[in-house]
Amino acid sequence: MAFAQAIRGLGKAGLFSLSVFRASKPTADFWRELLREVYKIGARSLPIIAVGGAFVGLSVTLLGYRVLVTYGATGQVSAAVGIGLYRELAPVLTALLFVGRAGSSIAAELGLMRATDQITALGLMGIDPVGKAVAPRFWAAVLSMPLLTAFFCSLAIAASWFQAVQVLGIDNGSYWQVMKDAVDFREDFLSAFLKSAVFGGTAALVASYVGYHAEPTIEGTSVATTRAVVNASLLVLMFNFVLSAFLFR
Amino acid sequence: MSSAPIPTAVRVAGLRLERGGRVILRDIDLAVPRGSVTAILGPSGCGKSTLLSAITGELSPAAGSVEVFGQPVPQRRRDLLELRKRIGVLLQGNGLLTDLTAAENVALPLRTHTDLPQAVVRQLVEMKLHAVGLRAAADLYPRELSGGMARRVALARALALDPPLMIYDEPLTGLDPIASGVIMSLISRLNRTLGLTSLIVTHHVHETLPIADRAVVIANGGIVFDGTPAELQAGRDPLVRQFLDGQPDGPIPFDAAPRTEAA
Repeated sequence: MAFAQAIRGLGKAGLFSLSVFRASKPTADFWRELLREVYKIGARSLPIIAVGGAFVGLSVTLLGYRVLVTYGATGQVSAAVGIGLYRELAPVLTALLFVGRAGSSIAAELGLMRATDQITALGLMGIDPVGKAVAPRFWAAVLSMPLLTAFFCSLAIAASWFQAVQVLGIDNGSYWQVMKDAVDFREDFLSAFLKSAVFGGTAALVASYVGYHAEPTIEGTSVATTRAVVNASLLVLMFNFVLSAFLFR
Repeated sequence: MSSAPIPTAVRVAGLRLERGGRVILRDIDLAVPRGSVTAILGPSGCGKSTLLSAITGELSPAAGSVEVFGQPVPQRRRDLLELRKRIGVLLQGNGLLTDLTAAENVALPLRTHTDLPQAVVRQLVEMKLHAVGLRAAADLYPRELSGGMARRVALARALALDPPLMIYDEPLTGLDPIASGVIMSLISRLNRTLGLTSLIVTHHVHETLPIADRAVVIANGGIVFDGTPAELQAGRDPLVRQFLDGQPDGPIPFDAAPRTEAA
């Protein structure tokens, strides 16, 4: 019974995702909504991404330095930071921060729209609620996530440089040269953006699905918000493994 | 000499509606004449809003048929969205989009369904807001509006595409007597001046009957009265009398009886 319910749920989620793609029509209203959502879920996530990126850069550098110092290879710390960030840490951690900040807000907004009859009203006006309320949020997440990941990487590397060069005394030129030699543009840099676009879309779809189908009550909205964060975070971690297995052979 | 039959805006025949495997309404027959104001009355939870859902195509009938302007309510999503452009619905909770101003809310159906230039849309929005006496509130957000004002903005939005059929779902819920009077007189005036057909689903009997041409009472899963407001008020049926006089004891149970399971 539970298995059948899970399969039914997956099917419903799949059909919902298809309806988001079908409802994505480049009308003037869509572009207006998209721009607003990019600001709301993208630009307004910048502060937490900045702080998160900086602390990750600091701690990874410190950890790498302490491990490498045993082998007398502290000069390689920027290589570890660069590869670790672009391949795994930046896309995943940005996605998790994004899920907590924007995913929860998407689920709560759609849940409240359901509870306050806004979604019903759209349908009754002959306006597709998925096209109006979900599609712009989905595409805003797909577009914003790679940019947020780039911002995360910039802050993490800046913090790492400060820690390595200014605090731990690694040579400035060597720090940049080692990172440049280790990080491959296609394999590492572009993969990070591909991953983050997938994670952004996943987070937005999961959050939209649970918010859109929330019980039309305050409690329903709260349950949907929690479920959005938990499910989207787990899916991001699962997809990260799958993508890493295929991208980095 | 026989007079020509009055054309109907909504025709419901042998309708049975179920929700979650339970029968909510059965054997519903109803014809709403064009140009009329029809009040669908009944106690809370009797299935009035469920009937409305069947007319707008949100809920498919378990049996029977629903026609709007002579066409069966379509099942296909695209056809349904087309039909809904011809039906204005004022929801109990208004359903105003909270991130849009009053004017943007009213403009929404016009922007979505027409190719009118911005200037014309702006002018139309002003006219609609003026019709409900809220031109000055155009730039206010729903959170800045009182209950009555928000209801009037929702009414202006429902009228944006000039639909020939207006459905009002509990239009007086949460309003004070003055706001209720304003809404009722607006509904009556708009119906008359714009030549609409209005269907008011409500349990506010005394406020609604004065503007209604016809009253339908729903109770215990079916229609228990269909006639003019005068006939309703003169009625002796104990079920109707209990509802009109607000008596706690009578054939309509205060504690909802378990509904019939669908066969």
